[in-house]
Amino acid sequence: MTSTVDRGTSGAERDVRHGVERLGSLVVRFAGDSGDGMQVTGDQFTAESALFGNDLATLPSFPAEIRAPAGTLAGVSAFQVQIADHEISTPGDAPSVLVAMNPAALRANVGDLATGATVIVNSDAFDERSLVKAGYQADPRADGSLAAYRVYEVPMTSLTVEACKPTGAKPRDAERSKNFFALGLVSWLYHRRLESTVEFVATRYASRPAVVEANTLALRAGWNFGETAELFESSYEVPATRLAPGTYTNVTGNTALAWGLVAGAHQAGLKLFLGSYPITPASDILHELAKQKHFGITTFQAEDEIAGVGAALGAAFGGALGVTTTSGPGIDLKAETIGLAVSLELPLVVVDVQRGGPSTGLPTKTEQADLLAAMYGRHGEAPVPIVAARTPSHCFAAALEAVRIAVTYRTPVYLLSDGYLANGSEPWRLPEPGTLPLLDPAFAPAPGAGADEGTGPRSFHPYARDPETLARPWALPGTPGLEHRIGGIEKADVTGDISYDPANHSTMVHLRAAKVSGIARSLPELEVDDPGADAGGPAPLLVLGWGSSYGAITAAVRRVRARGLSVAQVHLVHLNPFASNLGEVLARYPRVLVPETNLGQLVRLVRAEFLVDAVGLAKIEGTPFRVSEIESEIVRLLGPMASAAAGAAAGEEVKP
Amino acid sequence: MTAEASVKLTTRKDWASDQEVRWCPGCGDYSILAAVQLLLPELGVAREDTVFVSGIGCAARFPYYMSTYGMHSIHGRAPAIATGLALSRPELDVWVVTGDGDALSIGGNHLIHALRRNVNLTILMFNNQIYGLTKGQFSPTSEQGKVTKSTPFGSLDTPFNPISVALGAEASFVARTHDLDRKHMTATIRRAHDHRGAAFVEIYQNCNVFNDGAFEGVTGKEHRDDMLVPLVHGEPIRFGPDGRRGVVLGSDARLSVVDVADVGEGALLVHDEAREDPSLAFMLSRLARGPFEPTPIGVFRAVERPDYSTLVTAQIDAVRERRGPGDVDALLRSGTTWTVGES
Repeated sequence: MTSTVDRGTSGAERDVRHGVERLGSLVVRFAGDSGDGMQVTGDQFTAESALFGNDLATLPSFPAEIRAPAGTLAGVSAFQVQIADHEISTPGDAPSVLVAMNPAALRANVGDLATGATVIVNSDAFDERSLVKAGYQADPRADGSLAAYRVYEVPMTSLTVEACKPTGAKPRDAERSKNFFALGLVSWLYHRRLESTVEFVATRYASRPAVVEANTLALRAGWNFGETAELFESSYEVPATRLAPGTYTNVTGNTALAWGLVAGAHQAGLKLFLGSYPITPASDILHELAKQKHFGITTFQAEDEIAGVGAALGAAFGGALGVTTTSGPGIDLKAETIGLAVSLELPLVVVDVQRGGPSTGLPTKTEQADLLAAMYGRHGEAPVPIVAARTPSHCFAAALEAVRIAVTYRTPVYLLSDGYLANGSEPWRLPEPGTLPLLDPAFAPAPGAGADEGTGPRSFHPYARDPETLARPWALPGTPGLEHRIGGIEKADVTGDISYDPANHSTMVHLRAAKVSGIARSLPELEVDDPGADAGGPAPLLVLGWGSSYGAITAAVRRVRARGLSVAQVHLVHLNPFASNLGEVLARYPRVLVPETNLGQLVRLVRAEFLVDAVGLAKIEGTPFRVSEIESEIVRLLGPMASAAAGAAAGEEVKP
Repeated sequence: MTAEASVKLTTRKDWASDQEVRWCPGCGDYSILAAVQLLLPELGVAREDTVFVSGIGCAARFPYYMSTYGMHSIHGRAPAIATGLALSRPELDVWVVTGDGDALSIGGNHLIHALRRNVNLTILMFNNQIYGLTKGQFSPTSEQGKVTKSTPFGSLDTPFNPISVALGAEASFVARTHDLDRKHMTATIRRAHDHRGAAFVEIYQNCNVFNDGAFEGVTGKEHRDDMLVPLVHGEPIRFGPDGRRGVVLGSDARLSVVDVADVGEGALLVHDEAREDPSLAFMLSRLARGPFEPTPIGVFRAVERPDYSTLVTAQIDAVRERRGPGDVDALLRSGTTWTVGES
């Protein structure tokens, strides 16, 4: 479906009785039971806003249990989205609107709200029993605890049941559509169009016409309720963002990553083979690739994580682009096979959608704590290149880059995403058709005709290396004259025969290390974002980041600059090897701050590698950084110079 | 054109690599290697289309000695790695060489899943009922009570019966042979190779260093006639000198070994390897409690069912037929899109 953004209108006829206020940005959080359909509601509000032309960023949050006991805090599922009339990089620190479908949803989320936030509650759900289940001693609507917010009580359940009467559905079934009522109401409040949601409902539930009818009726009833109930003093408009010209789609990190793998394989002319075992939050990559079989993709749902990566490596030996996708404990199980891939020197992409650890940890929550595991989590000297995505849409480019490195250098590559990127979404300006780079897998050619006699198996040396990349030949079974054996035992340089020779082992360890560190020669130099550098020299502080903290760091740096302070930012996509000028960049700045949602992993690497006194900012709560958390740390580090200008601006994300 | 017609004639020498074979002198692995190298020239396959994949263990050194493509991988994981290779390259001839520890202990999970999926693999499992490469610990096929370095007071573990495991895992081809009978080995491995799908062959193999003579009581020249029960499709199951003994299925639904003279030839169980229901094959796999009772050898089960790579390829082709070949630009635009113009 394609539409052209029409920036001039709000998209609906409005009743003039209501005032309309303009907002620069808006952070909405939908919260309810995990069975209430909050993710669908949030997704659709996001889709409506994307089509309207807002920049946006989302943060879904759901429990690890599929259906925790209804009405309890453990079962609360939420979806947060920030929409804005300017470019933004995070889903927002504090929601300005909360839609709470029951007391538990209110209690679990109210603490995150901005002062003065709008709270819309489903008043039908605030009975005695539900209040007790949520752990309320008294009804929060009556005890003054919500005094800091504008609370609107809407009997969503009963209004939905009433609206669905024409369908003849039983009330128990009809009330399941109340999430669409909520969506309709919020869509009215913030001037979103309903057309895309109506179309979505018709497609999604096509096999159940009664559900289509009920959801559509509930959606319109919600809208009409806002229009006629005179409950709200005004409605709000977040004008479209002035985005760069192009075609956009809204994409989650997992989808972008899957598409990046498809594109990477396609541009290299390789068959994509995914060996994977279901695991949260990586499974959606498997689901997405399983839908794209017409690209010649094989998705192999293996018996376990080990078989997933093993099959991918076996496929790579056969000349496919071998990929495995996992999360958390999965990388522990795959470690041995990744080590084998280091030794075999075959292309392999290992996708790690990081989640909270250790052990099962926090399966549905985000964390950046696998960097050192990716870097060092194998026995022996087993270097593996690491690429990390920084935003949901950047997962596409990061996947392409992982494929490039794997294929060019015949090596396993770690591609790091995380739960925040995986499920979060943002508008993505699509690459122009036909502009993706091609990649030559450069399979080893069969020895020329007539070379048959007198050559034999010894004429081929599976561990002879390309002088520039140090990559070995990718010689495919089926090629006459290139028969060879590879394995996990140390190999003799060039011939690849088994070798226990001490000097040879040293040679091979150094060659493998040099091959990986040599990838740096193919990387672009880091570009530091330091607007004042030309005029007044480098800023007093550099914020160095990697992965999904990009959004929060970027927003924090903008806010600090808006206070009139000077701060520089650089963000790493390549964690192993680093870009070749990283040491020089770090040396330029008196202070370096490294925010990470771990206990300090990148900061440890750069301190060890470059002997710089970088300091970390750790957060390990299963949630991404808030912008304010990074902002205040930057300001603190900037010290006296900062405090002079402090207080100038705070709270809102600022236009660049 | 048949495969045979296009393949260059070869001899055993063409299939042997230049690597020095480093098994212990007297190891049963030598005779298995010889049998395979002698068999391959007769199979009408090309060296470059043949891949041996192994895990870890003495048996797992096998690929190094073949002048084919090969991978010596990780302990237990060969069936998984070979599955990826067979799926991405269905036209290749992929072999897995494994041992009792590799296949049934650390790699048990991969073995059973490769078998149930019916991946087109020829799996040769050398069973010597001991860990050889780690110098003599009991294995998942060692008999209970076995005294080894890790079980000085005797093993407490109930062993696996590899044939039973394979049958229980829905294997479409299951056979047993032994390292002292090249003719039987060659015939059995040939059958396994010709089977499209996962073929599992247990090969009784003598470890003359750590478990010498484990199978001597059934496979030794002087015992063989009395103790090995050849399974021949469509034939009554009988063994012993002049076929004096045989196997009957009693009214109590049990198999027993009888003197043919006592029951008459017509009462003997006729072996049907193609029987869809694996129950009888399973009962045959339990005829001997170990290599000290009359032990069936040959093909227990050989049934046709589509192999996994054929199914995988057919599904991809069907989706392609319906949706056309993949187009990356169209994929990126498959969700809701909108266009922002120059302002």
